[in-house]
Amino acid sequence: MSKHTFTHLDALESESMHIMREVAAECKNPALLFSGGKDSIVMLRLAEKAFRPAKFPFPLVHIDTEHNFPEVIATRDKLAADLGERLIVRSLEDSIARGTIVIKDESKPRNPFQSVTLLETIAEFGFDACMGGARRDEEKARAKERIFSFRDEFGQWDPKNQRPELWDTYNTRVNNGENIRVFPISNWTEMDIWEYIGREKLHIPEIYFAHEREVIRRGGNVIPVSHLVQPKPGEKVEVVSVRFRTVGDMTCTAPVESTARTVDEIIAETATTRITERGATRMDDQTSEASMELRKKEGYF
Amino acid sequence: MNTNTQLLRFITAGSVDDGKSTLIGRLLHDSKSIFEDQFSAISKTSEKRGMGAVDLSLLTDGLQAEREQGITIDVAYRYFATPKRKFIIGDTPGHEQYTRNMVTAASTANLVVILVDARKGVLTQTKRHSYLASLLGVPHVVLAVNKMDMVDYSQSRFDEIVAEYKAFAAQLNLHDVHCIPLSALNGDMVVDRGDNLDWYQGPALLELLETIEIDRDVNTDDFRFPVQWVCRPQTEEYHDFRGFAGRIEAGEVSVGDEVTVLPSGRTSRVKEIVTYDGNLQTAFAPQSVTLTLEDEIDISRGDMLVKTSAHPPKVEKEFEAMLCWLSESPLDKGRKYLVKHTTRTAKCLFSRIDYRVDVNTLEQHAVEKLNMNDIARVALKIQQPLVFDSYEIDRATGSFIVIDEATNNTVAAGMIA
Repeated sequence: MSKHTFTHLDALESESMHIMREVAAECKNPALLFSGGKDSIVMLRLAEKAFRPAKFPFPLVHIDTEHNFPEVIATRDKLAADLGERLIVRSLEDSIARGTIVIKDESKPRNPFQSVTLLETIAEFGFDACMGGARRDEEKARAKERIFSFRDEFGQWDPKNQRPELWDTYNTRVNNGENIRVFPISNWTEMDIWEYIGREKLHIPEIYFAHEREVIRRGGNVIPVSHLVQPKPGEKVEVVSVRFRTVGDMTCTAPVESTARTVDEIIAETATTRITERGATRMDDQTSEASMELRKKEGYF
Repeated sequence: MNTNTQLLRFITAGSVDDGKSTLIGRLLHDSKSIFEDQFSAISKTSEKRGMGAVDLSLLTDGLQAEREQGITIDVAYRYFATPKRKFIIGDTPGHEQYTRNMVTAASTANLVVILVDARKGVLTQTKRHSYLASLLGVPHVVLAVNKMDMVDYSQSRFDEIVAEYKAFAAQLNLHDVHCIPLSALNGDMVVDRGDNLDWYQGPALLELLETIEIDRDVNTDDFRFPVQWVCRPQTEEYHDFRGFAGRIEAGEVSVGDEVTVLPSGRTSRVKEIVTYDGNLQTAFAPQSVTLTLEDEIDISRGDMLVKTSAHPPKVEKEFEAMLCWLSESPLDKGRKYLVKHTTRTAKCLFSRIDYRVDVNTLEQHAVEKLNMNDIARVALKIQQPLVFDSYEIDRATGSFIVIDEATNNTVAAGMIA
């Protein structure tokens, strides 16, 4: 054994810091996408580790669907303020007002439209690199995506034409108008995220912990009742102890039944769960076997 | 859950016929790393395609084109954990772009599992996989002799294959070779030992993956610190703070150590090792830290801090390397390219192609140009000096990528001789 202990979390943390520093050093105008969800909260801590005692050499950016859980938005604002970092929020409502997004049904998920506002924001600020908290263990299409993922002028991902990525030597070069999405926590799993939240004592929105909530059961999913989702005739509202494993659009993010009220209890549950994170909680990924891949090709994160 | 576990990255090399996907499926399945919704999705697909049993290989083919055509087009990464270790599997497909994909996946791997079919023994592709593992300096090799059930679990057949493999491997730069008889189909010696291979005394595959010593996979002797980013907060509290942020690629460093800045050659001492969690007395590879120095000397991204060691780095504008060409457009000797080496990017020229290696026979051939998947010995001229080691001394400071300035594509990967 070596005289030093270097755990898997240490290895992942160091890798992520290295990636963020490459972005800061080589990209002209990067941004860090920050939603207030658990993965992006981990990203913020990693940025602190990479750049303190200096300020972050990039702003935080959130593309707000206006379909978010209020607890998550509150955490987003509080964390950005506590860190003293610049937070840019752009809303899907702006794109709707401009007419670049046309909403036909208010109760439907807005995730498919997020890419429109994201691309408009990229153009507004001239970002050449956007860092995001996506992980390869989330979904099959992500498992094949590079850490530095190149996008053309239309924000499109071409899975068959990816740059080879060797060692930790990242090619960050883009032509004008093109940009890259960078995923510093590509190699983290859901379990790693929870272990790191525990180790670093990170503050996350309360809805990740078990709480009583009004839900309805629809098509095998447990759906939270909100101003956007109301019971249809014949559907019964139940109060159930649930927690969220992911926190996206309120209309398509399903909680799981749980009594885990601490990070340790969530870790214990995660260790024994038999369903993937997105499989359990994201109805938008269940629509077809390739739904995430199609959204990514259109410029979704 | 034990958070004091290490991370091991490994790849599997072999074709579908060798049972590669079945082996990965077996590892994930028997270590309880397949989720119910994943399993039910591949069960449905297997049924739709009229297959009798659940095809575990479907777990690793992710993209629509692949599902439609039943092929795998790229490197996919998969994750699983046991109480002892976390694992990242780089899964590479076995068709004609194999060299490019395996080189990519092998570049970050601690270990490669090379599969052979016990009925067929050591084949040309076994040699090709082993050569690439050797070229990329993968520290540990496991020869997994699969389909032992098809040869009546014969010890003499296993011994025969091992002897032939070891004779071949002796010509390569492989330092740590382990051979395991197994049956991925029946689950013998993958996660569980099974009842059919009692004559085999060594570890089952997962046990080996969980216990193999990987602390020495990074160079622990020769301190190398490529400067990534200069940290200048310019706040009142940190008015004069000037830190050099980077990852320690090899060796270790302590407060007070004398360090040399290359290529300038100026020296100073380490004043602080700064981290978010407080200053450290000593830091080691592969930690990401920020160093401050006693003296104010001019240091920027692309410079490297080193300590005096048994293997001093070279600071030169010319070197020779083994190159793997990754692009569909062939190497044009008349053109300038960019080389990215650690944190420095510079223009380069290929002054010679000494020979191309036939990865199937290891024979050397004189060539004028390089095509995709070619591996060759070349000489490069760089516009400015690079600070480097031979790849054998240090994978991080001995490797580089080549970028085509016209397209910004990564067109080659190089290992400095």
